[in-house]
Amino acid sequence: MRFTPTPEQQQLGDMVQRFLGEQYGFEARRKILDSREGWSREVWSKLAELGLLSLQLPEEQGGMAPAVVETLLTASATGKAMLLEPWVSSAIIGTVLIRELGSARQREEMLPAMAAGERIAVPAHFEPRARYDLRFVASSARRSGGSWTVKGVKSVVLHAPAADVLLVSARTSGAPEEPAGVSLLAVAREGPGVSLSPYRTLDGMCAADVELADAPGTLIGAEGAAFAGLATAFDQGLAVRCAEAVGALQAILDATVEYTKTRQQFGLPIARFQALQHRMADMLIHVEQARSMSYLAAMRAAEPPGRERRRALAAAKVVVGEACRFVGQQAVQLHGGMGVTDEIAVSHLFRRLTALEMALGDTAHHLEQFVAASAEVEGT
Amino acid sequence: MDLSFSAEELAFRDEVRAFIETNVPADTRRKVLEGLEVSAGDTLRWQQTLYKQGWGGPNWPKEFGGTGWDPVKQYIFEEESAAAGTPRLLPFGLKMVGPVLMRFGSIAQQKRFLPRILSGEHWWAQGYSEPGAGSDLASLKTRAERKGEHYVVNGQKTWITLAQHANWIFCLVRTDPAVKKQAGISFLLIDMKSPGVTVRPIRLLDGSREVNEVWFEDVEVPVENLVGDENGGWTYAKFLLGHERTNIAGVGGSKRELARLKRIASEERKDGKPLLADPGFAARVAQVEVELMALEITNLRVLAAEAERRAPGPEASLLKIKGTEIQQAISELMMHAIGPRALALRPGALAATYLNLRKTSIYGGSNEIQKNIIAQTILGL
Repeated sequence: MRFTPTPEQQQLGDMVQRFLGEQYGFEARRKILDSREGWSREVWSKLAELGLLSLQLPEEQGGMAPAVVETLLTASATGKAMLLEPWVSSAIIGTVLIRELGSARQREEMLPAMAAGERIAVPAHFEPRARYDLRFVASSARRSGGSWTVKGVKSVVLHAPAADVLLVSARTSGAPEEPAGVSLLAVAREGPGVSLSPYRTLDGMCAADVELADAPGTLIGAEGAAFAGLATAFDQGLAVRCAEAVGALQAILDATVEYTKTRQQFGLPIARFQALQHRMADMLIHVEQARSMSYLAAMRAAEPPGRERRRALAAAKVVVGEACRFVGQQAVQLHGGMGVTDEIAVSHLFRRLTALEMALGDTAHHLEQFVAASAEVEGT
Repeated sequence: MDLSFSAEELAFRDEVRAFIETNVPADTRRKVLEGLEVSAGDTLRWQQTLYKQGWGGPNWPKEFGGTGWDPVKQYIFEEESAAAGTPRLLPFGLKMVGPVLMRFGSIAQQKRFLPRILSGEHWWAQGYSEPGAGSDLASLKTRAERKGEHYVVNGQKTWITLAQHANWIFCLVRTDPAVKKQAGISFLLIDMKSPGVTVRPIRLLDGSREVNEVWFEDVEVPVENLVGDENGGWTYAKFLLGHERTNIAGVGGSKRELARLKRIASEERKDGKPLLADPGFAARVAQVEVELMALEITNLRVLAAEAERRAPGPEASLLKIKGTEIQQAISELMMHAIGPRALALRPGALAATYLNLRKTSIYGGSNEIQKNIIAQTILGL
């Protein structure tokens, strides 16, 4: 049993913290947020330079996967900084998808370029009205001659406007809810038949709904066998989202403690009032429980697929999701009027936590997933 | 980072498991697992069995006859014991007065009292709370006046757990009423057979007799039974509270009860199916289960910090709050699981457990006091 990182891991964690602390402060981030693109290529290059885009790369491509602790520490820092760049979309989920599903040639072709920050590839998986069901794929892919085309609609594709490549799940056989028959195709974002309706998410991330009208794509890996890889990539994504949430949770709790110590009413700091003290104690309990589960999620995500992994990740997302909701809402409440302005970090963190609660499945969804996985584990 | 036990710890766990398996009497175990009352005899017998094995003081250092186990091994021992349904070891000697004597007691006191805690010869009670001193413990009024080679003690203590079986009681008493309330308190060891000690049972909401009032009327206590310095008692009392809170999360016990809840809910029926298959009920069980999973890891984090000799302390408050909330939630769900049958208040009834467990968020520093501790010592509010 060990909860402390090795000195090398800690060094990397400190380095990320320092970089984001110095170059990704509230005002710097706001400039990026207000820019037309909503993310910064300069920051992206810097992340590549620091090696943060290669954490999930296999050794053959010069990476350090599974890099469990390194990924956890980095995510905690990006969560605190509310990073707008496609780190999770491309360097985690996109990278794991190609690592798990791509042929040796495809891995060699795509992964080093992604790690260098030269190419951004993001998953385009979830579809309208399928909510969080990972299995639901109605989009379809067809082969004619030696090439593939994809048809369908993908919703809320995070960082689609920033991407060079969309990693699109599409059905090559079977019914929409079946795991078998799902394939993965790499589609050029600027290619023919691809149209984006871009927008920002409630926490300021660039995203788009994507319509594919017989868009040409390249099959990644084997036909009809992408589901396990998708599950692994999204489980890794879940673990990273949990760690990001813990970074943001700690930041919003710290901000709240600080604010209540300085804000004076009735002649004393409002931190002196017991109703507020107990609320903040409850917030701390949520944060610590979430932190514990982010560790479990990080460990399990690197393990082979199975019910135990599913069960642990679902449990983690439930505990983390509830913390996101409770701590976020209470932080705004305790900031009073200031909490509902756009001017201070707390409302930005609150929006980020709200989005994280919903990322890759909300609390209610994962509670159901946990029940289903537990029933299979226990054989009831 | 690594969340699993080492090979050595796993071997230790197997050893503990095997020992418990062969040494806990079946009827005792059945009582624990079915929520029936465990007798004083059952508890003593288990202490004596462990004593013979050299495990009488699982949380004690070797020099005082303990096992010398590190915090992780202590945790494994307690978890395995709880999961298997052993009687709970009495905390009053092992976790409360024992550590205080090791740290602050005289050599004579250590020699006289510590071995008798291990052997089970002395059954200790904790004399802290008073009718007017609960959460505000330092305002206690029980008076001890020095007269020659004795203290003369007068006053009333309350909520004394299992005092009906105790032959010794450690008490916080006021030796100086003129100074700031924390500064006039002493820590006295009192023989329950002393003239002037009266024990009166308090009947609890579940019909059990677990706690008592203890009255002191001109009770003479030899000066040699003062622990440490006169008026130094508050320091020892706070030290004791730190030890009392070790393993306060009760993860092992909650895991055992959660398994029982699932057993019950898979036997009960709803709409022609097991209750546990009902999505609404399953979600409520799952909610508790994920929180327990998180608590187990939080508990291990606190232990690891303690083992590395970094600050032990205020995190225990978090474990106490969450641990007791989970215990109460599981028992509430068990009661709901059996529907109207829960109304029958028979021995071992689920409702009796539900009623009884209300105490957990009140004792050992109420959960509100624990939140004060978190606010002040962790958050610095």
